[in-house]
Amino acid sequence: MTKHTATATNGVNVAALLGAREALKDAPEAARFKWRATSEWVKGTHNRATVAGFFGLGTEHQHRQTYKFESDHPEIFASEDNGATPVEFVLVGLAGCLTAGIAAVAQNRNIQLHSVKATLEAGMNIQGILGIDPDVRNGFDGIKVHYDIDADASAEDIAALVAQSQKRSAVFDVIANPTDVTVTASKS
Amino acid sequence: MSESASRGIAGTADVVVIGAGHSGLAMSYLLGQRSLRHVVLERGEVANSWRTERWDSLRLLTPNWMARLPGYPYRGDDPDGYMSAGQAADFITAYATYTSAPVLTRTTVTTVAQSRHGFRVETSRGDWLCQAVVLATGAFNKPVIPRLAEVMPANVEQLSAHTYRNPRQLSPGGVLVVGASATGLQLAQEIQLSGRPVTLAVGEHVRLPRIYRGRDIQWWMLATGVLDQRIEEVDDPDRARRVPSPQLVGTPDRATLDLNVLQGQGVKIVGRLMGIRDSVAQFSGSLRNVCALADLKMNRLLAWIDQWAESNAPSGIGPTERFVPTLVGETSQLELKLGEDIRTVLWATGSKPDFSWLDLPIFDRKGDLRHSRGVADVPGVYVLGLPYLRRRKSSFIHGAEDDVRELSTHIADYLDRSTSQIKSRLRSVAI
Repeated sequence: MTKHTATATNGVNVAALLGAREALKDAPEAARFKWRATSEWVKGTHNRATVAGFFGLGTEHQHRQTYKFESDHPEIFASEDNGATPVEFVLVGLAGCLTAGIAAVAQNRNIQLHSVKATLEAGMNIQGILGIDPDVRNGFDGIKVHYDIDADASAEDIAALVAQSQKRSAVFDVIANPTDVTVTASKS
Repeated sequence: MSESASRGIAGTADVVVIGAGHSGLAMSYLLGQRSLRHVVLERGEVANSWRTERWDSLRLLTPNWMARLPGYPYRGDDPDGYMSAGQAADFITAYATYTSAPVLTRTTVTTVAQSRHGFRVETSRGDWLCQAVVLATGAFNKPVIPRLAEVMPANVEQLSAHTYRNPRQLSPGGVLVVGASATGLQLAQEIQLSGRPVTLAVGEHVRLPRIYRGRDIQWWMLATGVLDQRIEEVDDPDRARRVPSPQLVGTPDRATLDLNVLQGQGVKIVGRLMGIRDSVAQFSGSLRNVCALADLKMNRLLAWIDQWAESNAPSGIGPTERFVPTLVGETSQLELKLGEDIRTVLWATGSKPDFSWLDLPIFDRKGDLRHSRGVADVPGVYVLGLPYLRRRKSSFIHGAEDDVRELSTHIADYLDRSTSQIKSRLRSVAI
């Protein structure tokens, strides 16, 4: 076991998180959130998505500012590469979620972090999306994430941070487990 | 006049204990020592569920020398063995005889409701009026089966650990065992060895070696104080109470049963069962992480044991050991065709108590009994034997004693208070 004397400063307000956990235990309705994005086609495979607000704690919220994300396909797909490929956004989401979790768990366990670097790689056989082989799935055939972490903790404690973060990660769950998806359309 | 008020009264008591298993009998013994008038109501025979609701090969997860009830240690000639369900039932029945417990067998409680001065316990053989009620009907009355079971294809047979007895019940062909607790692993092993290929769906689990440094792991957990850890010392009590039973089995060769052993015997491991779509079972991609978590937690416990052994130096122990990490293949399988690959699904997804016969305002929004360490939210109602009720050992046979000592004191104080309240009420009427 690693000994910790000082209080770690990872910039995570653990007291607020633990307070929310306690408060939401008895307020199941407030715990229901809705995450939202809108998007609009630009040209070719170029698309622009916007994230502005979300719903939670029984009310609407706005982000501090509106965020815009350009997605496109790379030039080898005969596209213009005006942004990251949509599947890469999935990796971006996974990295963001796992790393936020690592910081929160580290703070809760009073482990000082110095650097947390992740490398992510997803395998995909594009015979799936091209419809060449019906036995090949469209999506990833696996994702590999490697964390390189500098922290005041043993290798085993760091492994435990990363494991606990996966256990509590929303994006890890979204990717690793089936989710029901409904897509509708209307003519404007 | 209500229907119940017109029913026959079988008797009155200070305390009615419901259930003549080890917890109810231990409570009865201590209530008797305090000369509290009580009766133990039992729907079947003493230790009923041990005789009727367990699979054939079940053995206790604790060695015999640990089996003890208040005033009654294990006296048999196989201290390092593990009791079968029948032997556990015999042990408990012998205790009932030894303590001359006031048990009424074949008396099924149908309702418990509040009455004017306490409770009315309605049974198949008349009603009991009492001041306090002890729920000792056990923690494992009914299987917890995920709602996914409802969309299982009709050509797949479904069993739970409650309805499973032995592999001969199962059709030939593949079996999916869902759940990686002691139950899931034990049943996966025996079914695989019966010649039916088993796939085991693994969520969060607790890995433990049977023997560590020459001693039973339960010896270490007892010696180091792990089993005595109190619920109020735990960071997350709700979670502690939900932790599945550790992957252990009690066999004559005291062998370890873990996912590596099972894979060596041909069992295929997959992630947690998350969905069924078009007769295809979908498994979580989190298998690697749940195995990593279990390995980390086991190693933390072993490090704690080593630290304790260092400072306490128990005699005759072996050198420190570390075990091979749980092996997870390069690619884990995410889907299985139900009906083709799998003919039978065995739900080893846990059990819960059945308190549906309580007509009391005592349940939370999820339908669980509201209580604080066995003292229910309705004054005068107590519950025993639930996982981590007061201590980590609460649901074990040897765990009953400490809980029952403390709760019987609470009951005695409660009865004193309610008696003095009635007396003061009578005085005010007299004035």
